[in-house]
Amino acid sequence: MITKRYYGQFGGAFLPEILVATFDELVAAFEAAKNDPSFWQEYQHVMSTYSCRPTPITFAENLTRFFGGPRIYVKREDLNHTGAHKANNVMGQGILVKRMGKTRVIAETGAGQHGVATATMAARFGFNCTIYMGEVDVWRQRPNVFWMERLGAQVVPVKEGTRILKDAINEAFRDWVSNMDDTHYVLGTACGPHPYPEMVAYLQSIIGKEARRQLLETEGKLPARVYACVGGGSNAMGIFSGFFDDPVELVGVEAGGDGLDTGRHASRLASKDGSIGVAQGYKTCFLQNGDGQMRETHSVAAGLDYVGVSPILASLKESGRVRFEAATDKEVLEAAALTIRKEGLIPALESAHAFAQAFKEAPGMSGDDIILINQSGRGDKDIFTIADAFNDPAWQKFIIKKAEAYRA
Amino acid sequence: MLESYLRERMKQKDILLMTHLVLGYPSFDDSFKIIEAMVEAGVDLMELQVPFSEPIADGPVILRANQKALESGATVERSLDLAKKVAQRFDIPFLIMTYYNILFKYGTDRFVAEMADRNLKGAIIPDLPPEEGGEYLKAMEKYVMAPILIFSPTTPFERMRYLANFARGFIYCVARKGVTGQDTSFSEELVSYLSRCRSATDLPLAVGFGVKQKEDVDFLKAKADIAVIGTQTIRIVEERGVHSVGDFIRGLR
Ligand SMILES: Cc1ncc(COP(=O)(O)O)c(C=O)c1O
Repeated sequence: MITKRYYGQFGGAFLPEILVATFDELVAAFEAAKNDPSFWQEYQHVMSTYSCRPTPITFAENLTRFFGGPRIYVKREDLNHTGAHKANNVMGQGILVKRMGKTRVIAETGAGQHGVATATMAARFGFNCTIYMGEVDVWRQRPNVFWMERLGAQVVPVKEGTRILKDAINEAFRDWVSNMDDTHYVLGTACGPHPYPEMVAYLQSIIGKEARRQLLETEGKLPARVYACVGGGSNAMGIFSGFFDDPVELVGVEAGGDGLDTGRHASRLASKDGSIGVAQGYKTCFLQNGDGQMRETHSVAAGLDYVGVSPILASLKESGRVRFEAATDKEVLEAAALTIRKEGLIPALESAHAFAQAFKEAPGMSGDDIILINQSGRGDKDIFTIADAFNDPAWQKFIIKKAEAYRA
Repeated sequence: MLESYLRERMKQKDILLMTHLVLGYPSFDDSFKIIEAMVEAGVDLMELQVPFSEPIADGPVILRANQKALESGATVERSLDLAKKVAQRFDIPFLIMTYYNILFKYGTDRFVAEMADRNLKGAIIPDLPPEEGGEYLKAMEKYVMAPILIFSPTTPFERMRYLANFARGFIYCVARKGVTGQDTSFSEELVSYLSRCRSATDLPLAVGFGVKQKEDVDFLKAKADIAVIGTQTIRIVEERGVHSVGDFIRGLR
């Protein structure tokens, strides 16, 4: 029997028959790991010696003064090895892969952060590695492709469909149905069939556990609000889960793209455009048309540019526990620029969505309050996109010169 | 009843042929012509795929056919209308093949009622295992439609028995791992898998994935009841045109 898990009306495991046995095995391995204290110990050990856990929280003193509102704290997931929270999930799944005795890993990637993290894990643990990445994302996150290849991964540009994250997920599943005997699919976010939403949220919960403890230690109190960007929802689930039982308002920020009323966005929960559907093995809110065909999405941040969303978050929206908002591309670039100049922090464009929403709300909040922003990743990978947004003439000159040198 | 029709046909032929096509690809007019040619060439039943944007069990050829059909304006309504037209016109059973979201968005009960109303005989939904398919299976029973379930080489025997409980008409045995459109090796391993399938159910067995030529169909005789030709007809249409379909099908048996 397929083990399926629902969160309210969302989730499930809509599996093609060929993968049922593989999922049985994965569910069993995950359940065993959860019930084995040595798993979490090994996980924490890897994360504190290979990555940079616990990642600190940083008091953003200049931004706090600038807005004149609540005390702003930033959880520094950008300080993980490979520069994003993706490392948490990947190293945890890597330990599971070892326990299952598989020798090859595959993954989808949007921003390339999950792909790079998976490629490092594969290099470290000695697995073969194939990464599927939409052709559009290869173009906009090219530096990450370079690193994946250096790390020994094969990067397959996906030319089907909308050529972004969802299409990369489809291709990874197509690989998996042929190669499941030796291959594990390291899904990068809290989406997909059970056990992925639960498993990825479990591994990312390390963010919220740390952040709650750290804030209590430094400030002696809990934040009024916590902000996280939401692509598939893994960094948001990770930080939110530390505060589920507290009187803390949780705010998920989706990609508003060109604006919610333009249709060019990736906002499944904050816009009116999402509706319930079943695709990629799970039931959630999708951006789809009346026939159930998935729509094209848009965001300046490749990692948020996805048609579906974690079924756990869809359920937390329905229950009212998490509030969902959207930040437009323009707001996000402004928030990134401000954060860079005021604090010397360089958020990924994905993470900058959380900053943008916090900045919208901060001026209306009390100076006695604390807010916590999850900086899910660092912005180095976005150098081309950010340089374009700022229309930096010196950078353009450099790129042209570099290209000419290659041509010579 | 689909099963009794198949059993009648099985008395007359040493193996039946089921063909597949993506509705609206290359166009709805062409779909009609392809179906007409297939029926005239003697296929015994057909699965008509309603295009979906995320056909996760399909390989590149069928995936692209889905996308092209959608790009040129295929909708669920137009697909069902063509299905109705061919079910009226031709005297073989037609099944719908699609992914669950198409039914879910339409309303599962309503979709199944529409299939029945259009005189279709059953459905194949590869991403809907019985554990998730309660509403669908109930509707299929209510409207006397055959839910075709899938066995795969990775399916344990016990699970085959479990799946067979929900299946009507026949069982679709996927010949190998992977997606549609890749080569299959017609080997001893396949034979022993099919004999496992045979002992798990009394329903007729169809075998699909990688069946593309006469030798493959011949291999399956006496080991299975229905050979399923999927991707290969799309390739034939793309390479040689719609008019070549009839000869291709006639050459298979
Ligand atoms: C830095 C960063 N933040 C956020 C995301 C979005 O993913 P999730 O919503 O699963 O955290 C990505 C995905 O690529 C990312 O690279």
